[in-house]
Amino acid sequence: MTEEIIIAGFGGQGVLSMGKILAYSGIMQDEEVSWMPSYGPEMRGGTANVTVILSDERISSPYLKIFDTAIILNQQSMDKFEETVKPGGFLIYDPNGITHHPTRTDIQIFQIEGNKLASEMGNKKIFNMIVLGGFLKIKPIVKLENVIEGIKKSLPERYHHLIPLNKEAIRKGMNSINPYKVEEQLQNT
Amino acid sequence: MSELKLMKGNEALAEAAIRCGADAYFGYPITPQTEVIEYLMTEQPEKRTGMVVLQAESELAAINMVYGAASTGKRVMTSSSSPGISLKLEGISYLAGAELPAVIVNVVRGGPGLGTIQPSQADYFQSVKGGGHGDYKLYVLAPSSVQEMSDFVEDAFDIAFKYRAPVLILSDGLIGQMMEKVYLKEQKERMSNEELIEKYGSWATTGKKGRERNIITSLDLQSEKMEARVHRLMKKYEQMEKEDLRYEKILCDDAEYLIVAYGSSARISQKAVELAREKGIKVGLLRPITLFPFPKKQLFELANQVKGILSVELNMGQMVEDVRLSVEFKVPVEHFGRTGGIIHTPEEILEALEQKIIK
Repeated sequence: MTEEIIIAGFGGQGVLSMGKILAYSGIMQDEEVSWMPSYGPEMRGGTANVTVILSDERISSPYLKIFDTAIILNQQSMDKFEETVKPGGFLIYDPNGITHHPTRTDIQIFQIEGNKLASEMGNKKIFNMIVLGGFLKIKPIVKLENVIEGIKKSLPERYHHLIPLNKEAIRKGMNSINPYKVEEQLQNT
Repeated sequence: MSELKLMKGNEALAEAAIRCGADAYFGYPITPQTEVIEYLMTEQPEKRTGMVVLQAESELAAINMVYGAASTGKRVMTSSSSPGISLKLEGISYLAGAELPAVIVNVVRGGPGLGTIQPSQADYFQSVKGGGHGDYKLYVLAPSSVQEMSDFVEDAFDIAFKYRAPVLILSDGLIGQMMEKVYLKEQKERMSNEELIEKYGSWATTGKKGRERNIITSLDLQSEKMEARVHRLMKKYEQMEKEDLRYEKILCDDAEYLIVAYGSSARISQKAVELAREKGIKVGLLRPITLFPFPKKQLFELANQVKGILSVELNMGQMVEDVRLSVEFKVPVEHFGRTGGIIHTPEEILEALEQKIIK
């Protein structure tokens, strides 16, 4: 099994840390992992993205052009990464702030209202864990208990009291992801 | 027991320096290498092993601190990125001339000039063809994973002390910034002066007691003596070629075409090899792990087997010259690479192979 993922959004949304937690979760179940961020000026207030690969074999390239799954969290990233999903692959996005919704019919598309749910839960910072939960519902590549171990490893100990909240957010995400049918949307418009 | 962690390449390298018992690090921040000094400052290794970490006022100061500390026989490291390494080259030439062991790390970014902070391999010429002035070479290790960023630090110190010569770890922004899992070695104790003398001989300025004066200098105004010194350096480089060449062959046994690539390019090229084989094209990868010494003989032999070679580098064509020299024009050798901070994709590499070599 090899899963090649791009996570893309604004700097500050927790894109890089979501990737890090996913990578650590992979390590917890003895997988090979790589985490390759975009770095540099584009991170400051602009777009941020990270390529995460989990595999049971040695990972060749940490840098990729096409992905099994794209997790897209803003319009700029949608414009850039919708086309990078492999045919038959998955695109997961938060419709908040998206004006041009995805149009591809050769991939499976899902929506998760991460921003809205995080506000409802009273903590915007758990947005990325809600999205991660949604992803794991669609692609259960790592076990929830390993994700929790992954969070423990990535968070400094002074934040460990937040782990139950993160767990709740992941569960929330798992229960809140919905398929988005491009054909139906086209018919409605 | 080794410890398993998820770390950036730069952090893994910094932690490895502490764990292998390095005595000192002198550096100056520059992207994409800054995590090295940042990690060392945060980790405060003086409390763990007594290792000294100092942010110098400039790259020039840092490399000359390395020269001073190395003269006393200590295990010293510095790191920077391309423009910073250019500033250090005078000191690196002096280290080579004075036959001092030291580990220098270059996490390469795009150039020339300030260039870009994104990954690049455009410092190949600078690393393997001198860089600084005079007849000298650096032993150059090119890590292509976070694990190798960690492992090569101790290897680099071993080589530096074996030959009394500066060693370069040539990484780049991609390997420095990415995270992978890494098995960290156990903490080793720093070596005492007595242990260093027993293992590597008494050449350093450790305090003259009951022995002849040890003089560390790169200056020799007597021509015969200076020539003898340069010959001695060349002998070391010959010995490095015989004893310490490192490379990795991937899927070369049945290969009809060959990609040569090091560091980050080798990782991306490996994926291109996988894609090619899915299409039924028999491609192999030769990854030089040391850029000097260079796997000349291995390439010469592979040239009897393959129909063409593509040198893949994040630059406009530097290592390709050494590949051509190695194969003595027996088969076509072409270059493919992106620059300016753009990283080639596996698909682009395969396309280049098909267009330039397979045709």
